[in-house]
Amino acid sequence: MSSERRPATKLVPVPSTNIIPERDIGQHPILETRHLGIDFGGLSAVSDFNMAIGRTEIAGLIGPNGAGKTTIFNLLTKVYQPTRGSILLDGIDTANKTTAQVNQLGIARTFQNIRLFRDLTVLENVLIGLHNETKYNLASAIFRTPNYWRREKIARERAIELLSIFDMQDLAAHKAGSLPYGAQRRLEIVRALATNPSLLLLDEPAAGMNPSETSELMDNIVKIRDTFGIAIMLIEHDMNLVMGICEGICVLNFGKIIAKGTPDDIQSNPAVIEAYLGKKKEG
Amino acid sequence: MKNNNSGWIRIPMPLRYLINLVLIVAVWFPFTSLMHAGVITNYWTGILIMVGINIILAVSLNVATGYLGQLPLGHAGFMAVGAYTAGIFMKATPAAALIKAGDTAALTPYIIIAIVLSAIVAGIFGLIIGIPALRLRGDYLAIITLGFGEIIRVILTNIDSLLGFDFTYGAAGLKRIPKYSSFTLVFICMVLTCTIIHMMMKSRHGRAILSIRENEIASESSGIQTTYYKTLAFVVSAMFAGVAGCLYAGYLGSLYPSTFKFMKSIEILVMVVLGGMGSMLGSVVSASVLTFLPELLRSVDDLRMVVYSLALVIMMIFRPKGLLGSYDFSMSRVLEKFINWFVGLFRKDRPGKKQKKVSEKAGKGGGKV
Repeated sequence: MSSERRPATKLVPVPSTNIIPERDIGQHPILETRHLGIDFGGLSAVSDFNMAIGRTEIAGLIGPNGAGKTTIFNLLTKVYQPTRGSILLDGIDTANKTTAQVNQLGIARTFQNIRLFRDLTVLENVLIGLHNETKYNLASAIFRTPNYWRREKIARERAIELLSIFDMQDLAAHKAGSLPYGAQRRLEIVRALATNPSLLLLDEPAAGMNPSETSELMDNIVKIRDTFGIAIMLIEHDMNLVMGICEGICVLNFGKIIAKGTPDDIQSNPAVIEAYLGKKKEG
Repeated sequence: MKNNNSGWIRIPMPLRYLINLVLIVAVWFPFTSLMHAGVITNYWTGILIMVGINIILAVSLNVATGYLGQLPLGHAGFMAVGAYTAGIFMKATPAAALIKAGDTAALTPYIIIAIVLSAIVAGIFGLIIGIPALRLRGDYLAIITLGFGEIIRVILTNIDSLLGFDFTYGAAGLKRIPKYSSFTLVFICMVLTCTIIHMMMKSRHGRAILSIRENEIASESSGIQTTYYKTLAFVVSAMFAGVAGCLYAGYLGSLYPSTFKFMKSIEILVMVVLGGMGSMLGSVVSASVLTFLPELLRSVDDLRMVVYSLALVIMMIFRPKGLLGSYDFSMSRVLEKFINWFVGLFRKDRPGKKQKKVSEKAGKGGGKV
């Protein structure tokens, strides 16, 4: 039974292979965007967005409010259809794909404003993430065939296993909406991981967390990357988190990339300082 | 999910089905024996049949309303499709003669075909209407389904004069349909409806449907083909409405398009809302109550509608989530609680037992809220 699982999702620590810096595009990136852009009416929200993410890289996407960061996530997951450019996921062009199909291809995400299935239990939330992994048809559900019981059992065990990453297995029977804020954010990550992604998009995972929770989250993000061997891209305003764990950072302002590089490059980049703090008055 | 090491006794799965079967028979048996003994008169048997049909209608609408979270107002239309399909089919068969001769064995295959046929035809209509309608949501979906429901009724009224042959007999009504709906048949159909819908909802398909209700964007981002599952829920809802229509045709023996007006859809919707959206037991209870209540209030005919609407208003003020909210009944769960309570009485000496029980209760309470 366990052989039916894809090996990439096994909860066995995979040694963190050489982190491919975002700039080593020759090394077959998991995600590549070319001249990506979208217009809302006359407003160009994102334009000429080019970047690539390595297979096990943790990439950061930062920028002032309204810079277009979440729009990029929505473009990558096809919530919005790009006006220009293309998105290549593992070499496959995602044009003409729906959000659900893109997820099946390997992009999972969390949301800035938490979008859990609030009236369902924690376990059910994760099981919904495992939807496409749980393979049986409607007839075997109605007649409760052995296949149904087997697949459901596997799914439930897997869900508990995934919840145990964040030590949430004891909360399985609780309603998702009744969880404290931090646990809800963690549950969203678990649900996203359940879809067996190769790229995980985290939209402000540390929003509303206190410093100790944030540092715990940082450890967990790295742990997820090492365990699952996946790439993670995150939007975050907490600079300690971004500078602490991201290997490549992309800075966005007014829908355009103003800087790309390692955390050290970004910290000393004058364009970034200008975007965040404004220009020094001349004279 | 209870901790397996906490000593909580669970009833294993095959036994749970057996318990349900016993419960079903325990409900069915007294009714039929009382009917045979003549204690329940024909008049009340008829009402019980209507209760069964209304339960099927409410439970099926609950799939689209309570589980999928949409608000279709054309349920009577699907019921009409099922009813006319069954009516026309049964008139074409020698069913009437078989009923007269009392040959149940020969009649049964015709009834099964009629039920399946009405479910399929209503399902096809559900698909045709669902695909365009489900692109909309909220009020817009309500209006478009209302429109489609009315279109079905208007077509049934006018198709004969338009095409020039006797098909639905227009406003004069489809009469002399063999009366094949017995209490037992309706009861079996009702149980099957509830079972199939329950089995569907407690599977990956059901979870997908629930996730659309909870948050469509998150659902789609979790890899669920929302369009497919919305259509699935809608079609299943329409199919069982067709079954209810089939039984209705076989109970009344004559069909008029005016029966399936917009108000009929509202009536079914009220049953679902009153019972609690997303609760199957709620639909069953409120469909029963709302079918019996008008009959009981027949003596005070003038006050009937007043009491009926007053009951609704009071309901909406004090229990806006419906009679039962989203609670669902499980006999096995009740038995489990009882067994564990009973076993607990004899385990007083066990150390640490009390703490375990407290923690379990806390856990459960947290889950329910």
